[in-house]
Amino acid sequence: MNHSDQIVPHGHILRYNFRERLTHWVAGFSYVYLLLTGLAFWSPWCFWIAALLGGGQVSRMLHPWAGLIFAGAVFYMYGMWAPQMRGTNADKAWWKAVRYYSTNQDDKMPPAGRYNAGQKFLFWGFFWSCLLLLLSGAVLWSPQYFPLHSLLALRIAILIHASAALFTIGLFMIHLYMGLFAERGAFGSVIRGDVSLAFAKRYHPGWYEEITGQTTSPKK
Amino acid sequence: MSQATLRVQKISGHAGSVPGEDAQREYTVCKLIDTTTCIGCKACEVACMEWNDLPFGETVFDNTYQTMPETRWNYWNLILFNEHEKDDGSLMWLMRKNQCMHCAEPGCLAACPADGAIVQYTNGIVDFQQANCIGCGYCITGCPFDIPKMNPKTHRVFKCTLCSDRVSEGLEPACIKSCPTGCLHFGSKDDMKDLAEKRAKQLREHYNFPQAGVYDPAGVGGTGVVYVLHDATKPELYGGLPSDPHVPWSVKIWKGPLKWLGNVAMVGGLVGLFVHYLRFGPKAREDEDINPGGPKS
Repeated sequence: MNHSDQIVPHGHILRYNFRERLTHWVAGFSYVYLLLTGLAFWSPWCFWIAALLGGGQVSRMLHPWAGLIFAGAVFYMYGMWAPQMRGTNADKAWWKAVRYYSTNQDDKMPPAGRYNAGQKFLFWGFFWSCLLLLLSGAVLWSPQYFPLHSLLALRIAILIHASAALFTIGLFMIHLYMGLFAERGAFGSVIRGDVSLAFAKRYHPGWYEEITGQTTSPKK
Repeated sequence: MSQATLRVQKISGHAGSVPGEDAQREYTVCKLIDTTTCIGCKACEVACMEWNDLPFGETVFDNTYQTMPETRWNYWNLILFNEHEKDDGSLMWLMRKNQCMHCAEPGCLAACPADGAIVQYTNGIVDFQQANCIGCGYCITGCPFDIPKMNPKTHRVFKCTLCSDRVSEGLEPACIKSCPTGCLHFGSKDDMKDLAEKRAKQLREHYNFPQAGVYDPAGVGGTGVVYVLHDATKPELYGGLPSDPHVPWSVKIWKGPLKWLGNVAMVGGLVGLFVHYLRFGPKAREDEDINPGGPKS
């Protein structure tokens, strides 16, 4: 397979094309809105966020619609990325060595492809949580449209909605930390789309080899 | 609706203290419903709609007296008609005026995330403040009696106010005023409990209702509406009155362990990531040439 079209000038590789970047930010902005309004409904200590975003009623009204946008973006990502996110044997080795990854000893990590096992976990975590949030959210939304309601379904839906949301908050915090602080160059990849060859070589050697056709330098 | 002369002792979705908490001693008010003398005339239903200016809703006819199947956002007071077959094969009516029970520990208030959308006055009345309601419907899941109902058009939730506007002016609720048989009483909780127990005793000793008793469920801290029932051992016969109502398990888990776990995890996660950055820093330093020829980001 020829990947030379992904090599861009100045020693960079295209990591995310325009379609991928746009989808990421549709999901990103809708998620942040959902997070802020969701936190307002989660605790009285955060209800001021709802006031800041136009009031409790507006937040309540827009939250489900933002949820539909977010779910749409996540399912579109599924279409784009699911094949690349399948688990491999290399991922098992990655998880075994995750302590090196989290202590910045990346040279001791088994080589990752376009996505390492942690990124795959983030993807599937968001995907399945999004599915749960969508289903439970639809149940919670329904009393506004159907006078017939099932109290049991509503009660279960609240617990699922809150639990799944908390799980995504954990994923989101790590995602933000990695993208903004830990991996310099990662944020640019989802804005401009490209990363440096050195970035690709360092964090995604398998992918680097696939794109450039060059082998990475031997491991220590 | 806002009741200036009533002080508030509990507020939904509220961070911080509550103005009326421990500030004033007041009688806990209570409505007593003696189901044994109710004749099902529905005068209380009409009085409720009249006083509260509720728009009329469509009735249904299914060959029974039950022309409204359940309370609605614009129908807060409903008599439930139950034909009960006694052990000897004869029939009797079990008629129960159904409305908000004004629990001492209201599940609706516990579940509500909107600041001030549900309040409990120091006299025990639980009142919805529709101006603050955000229409999430969480109160509906918190009620063990299935009372709060949402107006599908405005997305605000409504229920019986125990005529808090009348009570604040020293009047009895509209339903009480309209009852022709005197099966409805209104007063302090202590007085109503006393009256109810006396009536139950009378029913047991003189009217051949050996199981007669008072319904004031302890699971929700007692209620601001108490019933005298012919058979207090089977409240379910009266249109599904729960024998042991509680704030639902879902609200308890959600507002208890899940909330604590979630808050600890969220704050712990933020602190943990910050400390991780202090300890290990970024994966590559700025002076390492990880982005040759490109802007640093």
